[in-house]
Parts: sequence; structure tokens; C-alpha cells
Amino acid sequence: MQVNIDFVIFFVLAFGAVGTALLMITRRNPVISVLYLIVNFFFLAVLYLTLQAQFIAIIQILVYAGAIMVLFLFVIMLLNLGNEVQLREKLTVKKIFALGLCLVMGALLAFPLVSEIIQPAQIHAIRAKELGTVEAIGKILFTRMVFPFEVVSVLLLAAIVGAVVLAKKKFE
Amino acid sequence: MVPLPYYLTLSAILFTTGVVGVLTRRNAIILFMSIELMLNSVNLTLVAFSAFLGDATGQMLVFFVIAVAAAEAGVGLAIVIALFRNKPTVNIDEINIMKW
Repeated sequence: MQVNIDFVIFFVLAFGAVGTALLMITRRNPVISVLYLIVNFFFLAVLYLTLQAQFIAIIQILVYAGAIMVLFLFVIMLLNLGNEVQLREKLTVKKIFALGLCLVMGALLAFPLVSEIIQPAQIHAIRAKELGTVEAIGKILFTRMVFPFEVVSVLLLAAIVGAVVLAKKKFE
Repeated sequence: MVPLPYYLTLSAILFTTGVVGVLTRRNAIILFMSIELMLNSVNLTLVAFSAFLGDATGQMLVFFVIAVAAAEAGVGLAIVIALFRNKPTVNIDEINIMKW
């Protein structure tokens, strides 16, 4: 049976992403969780590359794995968080109920897609290879999307001011 | 190329994993990271649709989602630090002074 290399790559990346995500939510040490999430972001960035979104893949690594996760690490070390105690003993009824509900939600989300895989509809997939480059993104970002672009800059300014006000010491 | 439903199923699984993390863990930092995982699963859906429909709007929305997630992570962690000053814990079960 001829195995397509695209499927092999996709399944390796998919198992890596799901595996690191599951490991992330089950570790006791928050630093280890952050590291697993960084690995998850790298798997996702390679998935974006298989979808020909080069700019988004690099931005994912630079911003998400390189800035946001480093911010998480700074906060963990600033607060000097140790290992979380009592991870195993607290398997309460609430948690089992939450897990059950999440499984139902996951089944609801994945069911139409899984049935699509098993019995695929005839979709004509249009794939433009020039979409993901920096020039294409820049062309749209500064012409059609210039207003959201400027609004995002104001949003980042508000976030900076908010973070500084919330985290500074009190006035005396 | 791998057909679209595979990417969407992977995104659904990642989103469910993020929801399990949000509902199950009591550590505020792990909570924020699970929220970031959910945002990333949505990013994967947007990029997959953008590639399969030939429209760059999906990738533009991913750009803005990443920017908004960065802002939200910054402010959220500032809130966690401010909370930590009053009561030295990040366990969200112990932050219950507004409970009646």
C-alpha cells in the first residue's frame, strides 16, 4: 500500500502536538508545563509550514514561544512557585464530571470532521502557494486591514499600561 | 496534501485538551497556559481554512489573535502577581474572599 509522505508528516506532528499538550496539563511542576507548551508551539509552527503559512509559523515561534512563554517563565520564577502538591489525591467528583463533559464536547466537535474523513465529500481544494509569504501578508495588512492594525497597536498600549499599573507597588 | 478535516479534527482535540486543562487544574499559571492552548487550536483552524480556500483573511485573523493573546497574557499575569501580593498562593481555590 502506498503511504503518502504528507500523511506521515502530518500524523507525526499531530501526535507530537496532542502528546505535548496532554503532558502540559498533567505536570506538577509549572516550569515543566511551560517547556512542554513551548514544544507544542514548535509542533504547531511546523504544521503551519505544511499549510504554506510561512509568516504565521515564524511569528508563532517568535511571539508565542519566544515572548509569551518567556513571560510565563519570568512570572513563575518571580513568584518562586514550587511543585504543586496534591495532584493525585484530588480526583474529586467535580473533576470526573468536568472530564466527562469535555469528552462529550470533543466528540461533538470532532464527529462531523471524523465522518468527513471516513466519507469525504467532494471539495475542490484551492491552494494558493503565494498566500503565506511576507509580501502577501504585508500587502493586505497595510491596505485592507490597516484599521485593525492601528487598533491592535492601541490595544497593546492599553495592555502595557494595565500590566504596569496592576503589578507596581502601591503608592505610599 | 492532507485534506482539511484532518487539520480540523486535530484542532478539535487540542481545544478539548485546553478545556480539560482549564476545568481540572487549580494552578492559575497552568490555567493561563491552557487558555493559550485553546487560542492556538483556533489559530490552526484559521490557517487550515485559509490554505484550503485560498483566502488570506484567515492568516490575517491569526495575526491579530496572536497579538491579542500576547496582550491578554501580559495583563493576566499582572493580575496574578497583584493577587499574589495579598495572599501568597496561585491556587485559585484559595482565592475566595468574595464568596458569600
